[in-house]
Amino acid sequence: MNFLRVTLIRILYAAILLIAVLVLNFSLMHAAPGDVADTIAQAAGGIDAEALEQIRREYGLDQPFLVQLGRYIGNVLQFDLGYSYFYSDKVTNLILSRLPATLLLVISAQLLALVVGVVLGVFSARKPNGILSHFVTFLALFGYSAPVFWTGLLMLVVFSLMVPLFPVAGMRDVTIEGGFFVQALDIAHHLVLPMLTLASIFLALYSRLSRAAMMEVLGSDYVRTAKAKGLSPRQVVYKHALKNALSPVITLAGLQLSAVVSGAVLVETVFSWPGLGTLAFQSILARDTPLILGILFFSALVVIVGNLLTDLALRLVDPRVGGKR
Amino acid sequence: MSEPVTLPEEAPEQARHPFTEAWEMFRRNHAALVALVLLVLICVLAVIGPVLYGRDPYDMVWAPFTRPGENWDFILGTDYLGRDLLAMIISGARVSIIIGLSAAFVSIFIGVTVGALAGFYRGWVEEALMRFTEFFQVLPTLLFSMVIVALFGASLPMITFAIGVVSWTAVARITRAEFLRIRELEYVTASRASGARNAKLMFRVILPNALPPIIVQSALMVGSAILFEAGLSFLGLTDPNVVSWGQIIGSNRTYFLDASFTVTIPGVAIFVTVLCISLVGDGLNDALNPKLRAR
Repeated sequence: MNFLRVTLIRILYAAILLIAVLVLNFSLMHAAPGDVADTIAQAAGGIDAEALEQIRREYGLDQPFLVQLGRYIGNVLQFDLGYSYFYSDKVTNLILSRLPATLLLVISAQLLALVVGVVLGVFSARKPNGILSHFVTFLALFGYSAPVFWTGLLMLVVFSLMVPLFPVAGMRDVTIEGGFFVQALDIAHHLVLPMLTLASIFLALYSRLSRAAMMEVLGSDYVRTAKAKGLSPRQVVYKHALKNALSPVITLAGLQLSAVVSGAVLVETVFSWPGLGTLAFQSILARDTPLILGILFFSALVVIVGNLLTDLALRLVDPRVGGKR
Repeated sequence: MSEPVTLPEEAPEQARHPFTEAWEMFRRNHAALVALVLLVLICVLAVIGPVLYGRDPYDMVWAPFTRPGENWDFILGTDYLGRDLLAMIISGARVSIIIGLSAAFVSIFIGVTVGALAGFYRGWVEEALMRFTEFFQVLPTLLFSMVIVALFGASLPMITFAIGVVSWTAVARITRAEFLRIRELEYVTASRASGARNAKLMFRVILPNALPPIIVQSALMVGSAILFEAGLSFLGLTDPNVVSWGQIIGSNRTYFLDASFTVTIPGVAIFVTVLCISLVGDGLNDALNPKLRAR
């Protein structure tokens, strides 16, 4: 099957999946006790029943469920996610204003985890009984077993409290003034601990997987051929084996997006990082329905698009993927 | 006269009970064995600990932020309200382990059902169920559970459901793969030919043989459910009437600059428990994975 057709089918699936997510989220919110009018009433410190009815009418909450659902989906398709009563701003504005901080955290943590994880995996695969290999096993166990918020707090205790190298919270220091470079340096300084914390979960995963994949590839026939024709071990490992060992790692990294979002919520909360995770947490506590729906939709969108891109990238790079379908 | 030839009393190849065999394999993994012993200890502590220790975790017994070792009546110190940390951790063990087990049970139940139906019936059933699984894979798990708990009330059953309903996809995929493999084997065909109906084929013939990887995954699920619950209760999305490990960390977090032990010590409890579970999972993998058996 040619690449274009596969791409189109995958995009169609992704779109259907996205609509299904919308329907589920909206139904969930609808089934929960209390609605937007109650939230507004609560924020206003209580209003009478008549005013409550008026608000319900204004926001179309008196309409049948299907009408409300249809209207919501229609709005989302026009990139209108509604209005947040808690923050008095459009949901899309809020999400877009918090997005850069989260992207910075998530992308840097993933890159770090991928690069360090693959390097550790490759080195330890070359010496399966070496110290490094045992270290990878230990790291994998720690990464799986330690709650990420606890790892974050430990980081803070060690690197902010005992050895005050890094700031305790936030993304920038308001007292620092200066040009772009100074500001960027300040943000990077704040980024170190949250990035390390978020990376710790995935570092374990990637190093373990890339070690396994590398060991499998190193035992395969074509690697023996490459060795037999006299290539240096370095060339065999980095030019021949690594390419094929990377494919499962990339697949896994793509599938981790949902876990990345979950991890980001906890890490952002620990470090008061002003991203989407903290926004989501606050919106849930404030029961700000349109904002909750918006963030749920947006994170599903990110995961779906991410999976789609991983899938398509693998199809382009690795001819073994996607013989079927 | 020559000695009569004695036959060995038991042929060494005689098949032993699968459990005996698995236990022999498990025992060889020393780390898993130690972890299992620790895990049993933790469970015993969770069950009888509150009775043995006898101090109410909600009682404000001493000055807040008493450091560990400062007063031997409160070995692990006291939290921001002056409650005994050790009593809270013992009491929290119950909640964490119960939620871990029951949430894992929920997700295994959903996962095995979905995976078994998809792998057994194939065709449009499989297609539909795998799309359904894919749908739950793209949901941002923690956010989704947070929403469920926040909107529908933070009771223990609701938290269990919220964790279970988002974490079954891996079980479903493993079960489906096993069913797809086993359903083509000869003994299944034989059993079908002798008139076994679908339900019997699925649950009496195929499922028992598909269990090993499901059991290993289930062990890991308990660990990740405990972590998940810890995350939720760290964020404050927990039943306010019970103590849990994550909740201790979450409620003391504001003061960790002054009293870091109030967040580090409960974390050790979570870490050790989940670590033991994953080591036992490794051991189960050795014991149940036939590929690794040297024969």
